[in-house]
Amino acid sequence: MRADDWLDRPEEIPPRESERDGEPLPRYTVKLDVFEGPLDLLLHLIKKEQVSIYDIPIARITEQYLEYLRHMEELDLTIASEYLVMAATLIYIKSKMLLPRDSAQAAEAEEEEDPRRELVQRLLEYQRYKTAAELLWSKAEREQAVFTRGRLETDDANPEVNATLFDLFCAFQRAMERLKERRELTLAREEITMAEKIAELRALLEREERLDITALFEAARSRRELLILFLAVLELVRVAVIRLVQTERFGRLLALRVRASAEIAM
Amino acid sequence: MTIEELKPILEALIFVASEPITEEELAQILPEVDRANLDAALEALRQEYEANGRGLELRRIAGGYRISTRPEYHDYIRRYLKTRPSARLSMAALETLAVIAYKQPITLPEIQEIRGVNSARAVKTLLEKRLIEPKGRKPVVGRPILYGTSREFLIQFGLNDLSELPTIEDFEELGSGGS
Repeated sequence: MRADDWLDRPEEIPPRESERDGEPLPRYTVKLDVFEGPLDLLLHLIKKEQVSIYDIPIARITEQYLEYLRHMEELDLTIASEYLVMAATLIYIKSKMLLPRDSAQAAEAEEEEDPRRELVQRLLEYQRYKTAAELLWSKAEREQAVFTRGRLETDDANPEVNATLFDLFCAFQRAMERLKERRELTLAREEITMAEKIAELRALLEREERLDITALFEAARSRRELLILFLAVLELVRVAVIRLVQTERFGRLLALRVRASAEIAM
Repeated sequence: MTIEELKPILEALIFVASEPITEEELAQILPEVDRANLDAALEALRQEYEANGRGLELRRIAGGYRISTRPEYHDYIRRYLKTRPSARLSMAALETLAVIAYKQPITLPEIQEIRGVNSARAVKTLLEKRLIEPKGRKPVVGRPILYGTSREFLIQFGLNDLSELPTIEDFEELGSGGS
């Protein structure tokens, strides 16, 4: 499958009346968001102009590139800074290629580097990954057409998915967001330390095999307490007192006691 | 236990496993079975599936074995399940995934260098979909996180291991557009 088939590529408007009357400037309507960045746009222009990637007519491509950016401006779209950096690069290359070489330098000319070289390397590399992305997609598409057996009762009876620290961080972030929404009215300064928090968690673990971390996060009364709780959970994971699991992906985070309670007391 | 006796047992186990089941796991369940026999039975079973022209196939995925339907029958299955293929990943996410798959472990700035655009959101999407995971930090200034593909990636993209990805150099020919 080619990129063009599944990406909405910009359409070129046929020449207008006025252009047929001797105004040769071609007009293009392009949508910025269909390009994945300046490299993608350049590849598109190179393909459209049917020029070789190894011998890019810099002046022509630069002109088209800038034309494209101007259109974006006319449409009042914000141009991502990456596009402007590339514009500067193109103009720089163009100017370097325009510089006359004096005879003293001519001798070294062979060793002199083509100012386009670095850009070509980047384009080629980017193009490789773009092709790889298409291939990955065709693989994923095939896999979407493949089914395994339906769920068994035992799958639900044992629904723990290993949770990662990333999940822990997400749960923490969500709790932080919610805390922001609530208005704070704490007057007395809380003086809970991390050691106290860890002791508190350990005490809870003495009684219960599993703790609902998401619920603990939600119960935190202040930003400070939430932070200390987060760090305490991290610490307990680090020293392997608890193991984090989820009952479903992006579900509630649970902490499971790893060691026997007697060992926790140590 | 002979290979012929072993085959139906393995088939039943692979069928029941909710994720691709590895040879290790099978060997643990069947400690009485000689490892070489296990290997031979698995291979024989796989070949039978291949040869029989049935609606199911036995494949090696993410280092394990899995029984699944053959892709060519998805239309009929979807009719029954009343589902549609899930939405595709955005091009930005796919490109980022390709870069990570081939250059792993790789940091966000390195990904952005190759793609030429900010890729933070794409990386976040891929993390949320569990297609990639953090693989430690790079010992340079700022200690940026290194990313690599996950087991879920292998399963979703139907790969047994990363060596099944075509080499990136193969794309040189394919892609070199222009003339």
